[in-house]
Amino acid sequence: MANSTAVSHQPDREELQRRRRANFERIGKWLLPMGVFALSILLWDRLVIMGEIPHYILPGPGRVWSTLINDLAILLPALKVTLQITLLALAVAVIGGVGLAVLFTQSRLVEMSFFPYAVILQVTPIISIAPLIFIYVDNRLVGLLLCAWIVAFFPVLSNTTLGLNSADHNLRDLFRIYGASRWQRLLHLQLPSALPYFLGGLRIAGGLALIGAVVAEYVAGTGGIGSGLAFTILEAGYRLNISRMFAALILIAATGVAIFSLLSLLSHLMLRKWHESAVKRDA
Amino acid sequence: MQQTVPNTGTLLSMTNVGKVFAGDIEALRGMALRVQVGDFISLLGPSGCGKSTALRLLAGLSTATVGTIHWQHERVAGDIGVVFQEPTLMPWATVERNVWLPFRLSGKSFGSVRDSVHHALSLVGLDGFAKSYPRELSGGMKMRVSIARALVTNPRIILMDEPFAALDEITRFKLNNDLLALKAEIGCTVVFVTHSVFESVFMSSRIAIMAARPGRVMREVTIDEPYPREEGFRTSPEYAHYCRTTSEALRDTMMES
Repeated sequence: MANSTAVSHQPDREELQRRRRANFERIGKWLLPMGVFALSILLWDRLVIMGEIPHYILPGPGRVWSTLINDLAILLPALKVTLQITLLALAVAVIGGVGLAVLFTQSRLVEMSFFPYAVILQVTPIISIAPLIFIYVDNRLVGLLLCAWIVAFFPVLSNTTLGLNSADHNLRDLFRIYGASRWQRLLHLQLPSALPYFLGGLRIAGGLALIGAVVAEYVAGTGGIGSGLAFTILEAGYRLNISRMFAALILIAATGVAIFSLLSLLSHLMLRKWHESAVKRDA
Repeated sequence: MQQTVPNTGTLLSMTNVGKVFAGDIEALRGMALRVQVGDFISLLGPSGCGKSTALRLLAGLSTATVGTIHWQHERVAGDIGVVFQEPTLMPWATVERNVWLPFRLSGKSFGSVRDSVHHALSLVGLDGFAKSYPRELSGGMKMRVSIARALVTNPRIILMDEPFAALDEITRFKLNNDLLALKAEIGCTVVFVTHSVFESVFMSSRIAIMAARPGRVMREVTIDEPYPREEGFRTSPEYAHYCRTTSEALRDTMMES
């Protein structure tokens, strides 16, 4: 008589645990932050009502929300200005950062000469450079753009330089054996190798461009047509319109989250087929 | 790409080649090697004996400090195929785009060499994987892609630097057999670096045994067995005899150096 072993097609305990963990992580990464958010709003609301705090000191979440809706005519143009400066600075940071990184990797002499200055520019707080910029640059938009660019370009430069230098040394040898030109090596080996590094730098630069734009606006401190969200906050502060300060702050935060999310999506789309960071694996 | 190379005679020769690295590290001294057309030569020796340095000199990745490397014919791009210890594939490119690389760097569009690329893939048994990305392949399959890339231009010589060292034994045996079948089919010349006596005996027509510090060829063992060699060769008395002879030659070389 042949021995037979019953084979169960039911998932075992470890597999069930793995599935539970995966489900929890999939749902939890959305539900948990939303829960924390709802709880914070509730606490804020209760604190204002039970403490009878006047709205010119701390407005409740409902009042901030209604200000956000009612003042849209003021807030949206300001958002547009801040967003414009942020995106322009980011674009220039990408062009400048990648361009400089390529230049650095093509000439060690150029890299050794200029990289220390890029570091100095990065480590010097923008808040201390901005007043000087606005003394020497007459055009307000150019001044704002310059400030935002100084803050945003370094992560792109630094990451892209690292990526361009990280191409597999055996692949470099292979390109040499097949007689690749410097341009071919850059185009077909170094730039694709640098892509994950560049995209990492871009995500950081997106947030920094917004910070740079907001800080520069604070320093510039001029109002009127063409002023952004930072000046709106300053102006609302002078008028003790705390609700509008909160409303503008929410818009700045939402803009930051939107930029980060869009750049993360871009990164995922560009890397999802081949890079470890974007490839989904079983736990 | 078809080469007009005679199917006999000397393809290249290294004469009295020495290589000294910075810090007065003498990697090679008096290295001599003659490679005949159609040869399958293994460079066998302990770690650090200069096998890979010799291969880099042949590939043109480094220049000899002294001595000469003489090629019978003027070298052109695509003359040499190289397989490293790692598959060394571009992770962002599909399998067929990886194999296209040597052509791409010589300015040929993918469309114009599509048939050659797919033929090379079929030679290594990867017909159905042209559109896959390297991360979707096993270690052995990645190495097959690397071999396909090395032979796609129909090079005069393929240089292999311990290509199967990182693979498990079953996959290594399979790839050994496949490489010999490929050699029989396309008749290429191979210089193969290994530190495995068994692998070198199974694969080679000649084994150059190298001594360390400084590296040089001390002995040669000729494996006088016809190709193609089937799996049965591994268990034959002849194979055991050659393994013993090569092991003894290696031991003597190491004792003398």
